[in-house]
Amino acid sequence: MKTICLYFEIHQIVHLKRYRFFDIGTDHYYYDDYENDRSIGEIAERSYMPALNAFLDMIKENGDYFKVAFSLSGVGLEQLELHAPQVIAKLQELNDTGCVEFLAEPYSHGLSSLANDECFIADVRRQMSKMEEYFGKRPTVLRNSSLIYSDEIGNVAASMGFKGMLTEGAKHVLGWKSPHYVYNCCQAPGLKLLLRDIDLSDDISLRFNDSDWEGYPLFADNYVNRIATLPEDEQVINIFMELLALGISQPLSSNILEFIKALPRCARQKGITFSTPSEVCGRMNSVGDLFVPDTLSWVDEERDVSCWLGNPMQREAFDKLYSIADRVRIANDPRINQDWDYLQASNNFRFMTTKPSNVGLDRGIYNSPFDAFTNYMNILGDFINRVNSLYPEEIDNDQLDSLLTTIKNQGDEIQVKDNEIVRLKTRLTKAQEDVDKLNAKLDKLTEKKKAAAAKTTTRKTATSTRKTAKPAAEKADDKK
Amino acid sequence: MKVLMFGWEYPPHVYGGLATANFGITQGLHAQGDIDITLCLPKPFGDEDHTAARIVAMNCVPIAWRNVDYDYVKSRIGNVMDPDYYYRLRDHLYADFNYMYVNELGCMDFAGGYPSNLHDEINNYSIIAGVVARTEDFDIIHAHDWLTYPAGIHAKRVSGKPLCIHVHATDFDRSRGNVNPTVYSIEKDGMDNADCIMCVSELTRQTVINQYHQDPRKCFAMHNAVYPLRQELQDIPRPDHTGKEKIVTFLGRLTMQKGPEYFVEAANMVLHRTRNVRFCMAGSGDMMDQMIYLAAKRGIADRFHFPGFMRGKEVYECLKDSDVYVMPSVSEPFGISPLEAMQCGTPTIISKQSGCGEILTNCIKVDYWDVHALADAIYSICHNDGLFHYLQEEGKKEVDQITWEKVGLRIRKLYDQLLSR
Repeated sequence: MKTICLYFEIHQIVHLKRYRFFDIGTDHYYYDDYENDRSIGEIAERSYMPALNAFLDMIKENGDYFKVAFSLSGVGLEQLELHAPQVIAKLQELNDTGCVEFLAEPYSHGLSSLANDECFIADVRRQMSKMEEYFGKRPTVLRNSSLIYSDEIGNVAASMGFKGMLTEGAKHVLGWKSPHYVYNCCQAPGLKLLLRDIDLSDDISLRFNDSDWEGYPLFADNYVNRIATLPEDEQVINIFMELLALGISQPLSSNILEFIKALPRCARQKGITFSTPSEVCGRMNSVGDLFVPDTLSWVDEERDVSCWLGNPMQREAFDKLYSIADRVRIANDPRINQDWDYLQASNNFRFMTTKPSNVGLDRGIYNSPFDAFTNYMNILGDFINRVNSLYPEEIDNDQLDSLLTTIKNQGDEIQVKDNEIVRLKTRLTKAQEDVDKLNAKLDKLTEKKKAAAAKTTTRKTATSTRKTAKPAAEKADDKK
Repeated sequence: MKVLMFGWEYPPHVYGGLATANFGITQGLHAQGDIDITLCLPKPFGDEDHTAARIVAMNCVPIAWRNVDYDYVKSRIGNVMDPDYYYRLRDHLYADFNYMYVNELGCMDFAGGYPSNLHDEINNYSIIAGVVARTEDFDIIHAHDWLTYPAGIHAKRVSGKPLCIHVHATDFDRSRGNVNPTVYSIEKDGMDNADCIMCVSELTRQTVINQYHQDPRKCFAMHNAVYPLRQELQDIPRPDHTGKEKIVTFLGRLTMQKGPEYFVEAANMVLHRTRNVRFCMAGSGDMMDQMIYLAAKRGIADRFHFPGFMRGKEVYECLKDSDVYVMPSVSEPFGISPLEAMQCGTPTIISKQSGCGEILTNCIKVDYWDVHALADAIYSICHNDGLFHYLQEEGKKEVDQITWEKVGLRIRKLYDQLLSR
């Protein structure tokens, strides 16, 4: 039985503001608040909300037959928290239906997987705990920023305990093979790979509204028929795209949501099901190793990283940024960490591309790749200065790391000792209380004895015993 | 196809960009194979390159009858004109110009270049053009820049052949809008009478359409190109400034049109943040003293240098020694110099108000008034090797693709269109 695995990416960057080199050292705020607010607001209104509402309707209509997966970058989530919390509320509502899965991805939507494994792992872990916090479940399947994947990255992902990973079904990797099977990473057989079907995904995300395209207009029944007529053995059809495709890349006026809504109905008639990535990973067996020595991604015709690292400017910016990755991780300063996330976002590098592309690229405030590079490098210059000024530059990373570890260990030691002191103190007070109780008992006993004795002497003895009990209680208080 | 071309200056005697452009266009047309060019110049020196065009020395064309013998003519003007051609021209006098200042050959002298009596020279040039147009046999007239428009019109009246004019600049570019009425009237007259107007950029084309009220259908953008560097110039070594002081260069006439004050202001901003850069303002002009004063006033004179006017090989040595070339022109019809800088492998910053920006992608473009953006771009190229090398390599590749042969082919197509009407 065939199954469709639908997945949507939700990510928005924090836009950088115009930052001149005179601002280096004087201005440490790099973001264009107005543009962030405006763009998120527009996207939420035109794309995210209508699309998520449509998914909710589909789930209500189809029960648990329809399934869908999302991944949210941490940076994107922060933007939504600030400017469009209704989207998060809607995602939580979707999550409550149980038909939605959230995937892991780097918090920053950056390229750390190509530069620094430790940084990448920390980046993903942070996003995972954020997902757990919002949706109550820790993701088990990973998708890297823009589906970047290579054998090494697969290896790292497997070492983090992921059971599956999403990537591109690029022709130059697959060759004669079909993306409609589950494969596994050749270095880590435990990690299953789900490959995007380029044609079926791009028919929706790139071409749906293109009246020059021969497949225009695209109808859900034709689309599902194409899936149904695939060979019997090809069972997983992975359709991955950005959520932006529904509403921004393809405007709502093209009736794209009606198309999406009709998919489950048509699929059901053909006996095709829907699954989330983790269900696919759990149910299907891998048909073999997939060798990916060179990095691939879902961008451009080349399906590689050339749109972020294709020219020397991009590589310089990338190298400069990740040259301080370890320092940032070791320093672990909250404000630095936040800027670090925002600066890592791969979109910043995309703005600097000089490649001709058939997909329109909105460069935002930049009028050329050189402009984008200049602005980014100015900001990066200031950021690197800040990172370096946290600790003296002549201490190298290893030294700093060991110093900080020593400080941390000492802190831990002090903590342990503090705990011990508190424990002993409570024990002491407890012992004191026991002593007091015993004294009180003793008093009572002597009182009874004296009461049995002459009645006239009673009062005198009672006051004198009280006097002796009091200093003892005071002593116990002092010790506290 | 025979073309009668009117020019004002021609290499190797260069006064401005017009000479280079004129030379390139004739070479480009010559490369088409079947185009004969007769190029009229006011005062050729005899050392011009004759391969692409037959040069007619306008100061040796008789406009009044003089009975002179062959040997005398040969001794006087043999270095620039064949005596037989002098007699052929003398057979086509059309009026009696003895009241003008004519010499013993019946010719008028030209000072050459851009003298103070320029308007008289323009007028004389057009009188002489009448003789040439009556002598020569041609299919089309091509006049370069406003100085030669009256001559072009005259030739068109005489022959009835179509007139192409080539707008290398307009007075709006030179004067920031305060046009000289005499110049404007000459320009407008030339455009009104032209059958085809070639403008060196879309920017100029829009000026011609909007300020001179020309029909857009007869205006065409015809971007200039650049000649490959001679081997001798290519061999000039490029010093490596990695980790050393960087040099930022402005090269051009120091005049309002070129926006030198924006360069000084940007230099001031850069120098207030970093001391590792030197600025060089090569060239001379009416704003030279003002610029020296401004640099001193900003307190950057220790790092801001004025080497003066440069010619020939010096220009290329200076370009090769620079890490950034800046052309902040307020209004530049085309501007060949950024292309030359890119040929030398120097990253270039130009103003968005420059025509050459329309055909260049691997250079940084800023608004001329946006001093902040200009300073930022200078700083960025000086401090980021990635950007420097990218602009250096890609810029050179790009500019190597812009050749006069391609321009010649495009002009040729316009000629064909014009003649088939």
